Amino acid sequence: MYGKKVKLRLTFLIVLILSLGLTIYLVLVSLKENVVYFLSPTEIKALSELKKDKIRIGGMVKKNSINVNNDKIIFVITDFKNEINVTYSGLVPNLFQENKGVVAEGFLRDKNYFKAVKILAKHDENYMPPELSNKKGDK
Amino acid sequence: MNFFNQSKIFSFINKYHNLILVFFLAVLSLGLIEALIISPEDYLQGHSVRIMYVHVPSAWISLGIFSSMAFLSILVFIFKNKNLVIITKSLAPSGFIFTLIALVTGSIWGKPTWGTWWAWDARITTMLILCLFYLMYLLAWRIFENKDSVVKITSLITIIGAFNIPIIKFSVDWWSTLHQPSSIKILSDSKIHESMLVPLIIMTAAFALFSLLIFLMKYNTELIKIKNKGLDRL
Repeated sequence: MYGKKVKLRLTFLIVLILSLGLTIYLVLVSLKENVVYFLSPTEIKALSELKKDKIRIGGMVKKNSINVNNDKIIFVITDFKNEINVTYSGLVPNLFQENKGVVAEGFLRDKNYFKAVKILAKHDENYMPPELSNKKGDK
Repeated sequence: MNFFNQSKIFSFINKYHNLILVFFLAVLSLGLIEALIISPEDYLQGHSVRIMYVHVPSAWISLGIFSSMAFLSILVFIFKNKNLVIITKSLAPSGFIFTLIALVTGSIWGKPTWGTWWAWDARITTMLILCLFYLMYLLAWRIFENKDSVVKITSLITIIGAFNIPIIKFSVDWWSTLHQPSSIKILSDSKIHESMLVPLIIMTAAFALFSLLIFLMKYNTELIKIKNKGLDRL
């Protein structure tokens, strides 16, 4: 039905797609740890050695954990399994709140203590009007 | 192929161009009224949530157009259909523009929300890669002058670039990213309130109509170019 050239081009394309797909898959699997934007407190606890480089830790700001002392902010990042204490001095984004997502960039002093140089707020996938969130809070 | 008769397409475009334009403007006005006036502010983000009504539809359409281009390119590569080549080529500009809009509006939203203009997380980086693939595709058409090789090269660019599309879509589920996961899921309840979903859908329809309009104009131009060269086909 189709010419020989068409079949050849189809075969070429299938081989290209398969080989490229496999390559990309292998690269992504082997890079897994480097593709993540931040580590969770549990992943920090599981580290075999302390990383000296700048890293990012993400999770929830633990309820009632924010302490502001002059320009120094101390709070706890939790993933509800493990926690880590964070200190930071500087400006925080408006959405930095207790019980909300946060990503802290900085240096690990030990597995329980992190010195942040930058704080980012992580927004979740929930969008709703304020009246609704108040109602949810009452419940 | 009667369907691809060029003079028929020509008269079709001329006939319906204004109709689509009027329809686009009507849907856009409705969408903007919904997005900027009627819809509520977000409990956490406040008014910044309104950026989403431009950001999310742009991102959806940029992904949709690239997927269509990749699908058409597979057919082009195998069957060498000249009309599909022109269709694919005419889709690219609006896809590129919407990718840029998604990146820029995301950046503008990121500053007040996250506290940074840019983050090298998986979602944002793969979106930048999509933008570069669009750019490569558009540049390839200008660089390579040999008719046969330009068709092959541009087809391969979109086919290779298509691998990036599922990575963009699932990046937020596979890895921890600063970008939030999708709020709209096919299999479960949406995490976005109805009053915010309505403007989002209307704006998506408006942007889709805009892409259609740009596509038809570009397609028209390509046909005129071919006519002026005195060729009956590409």
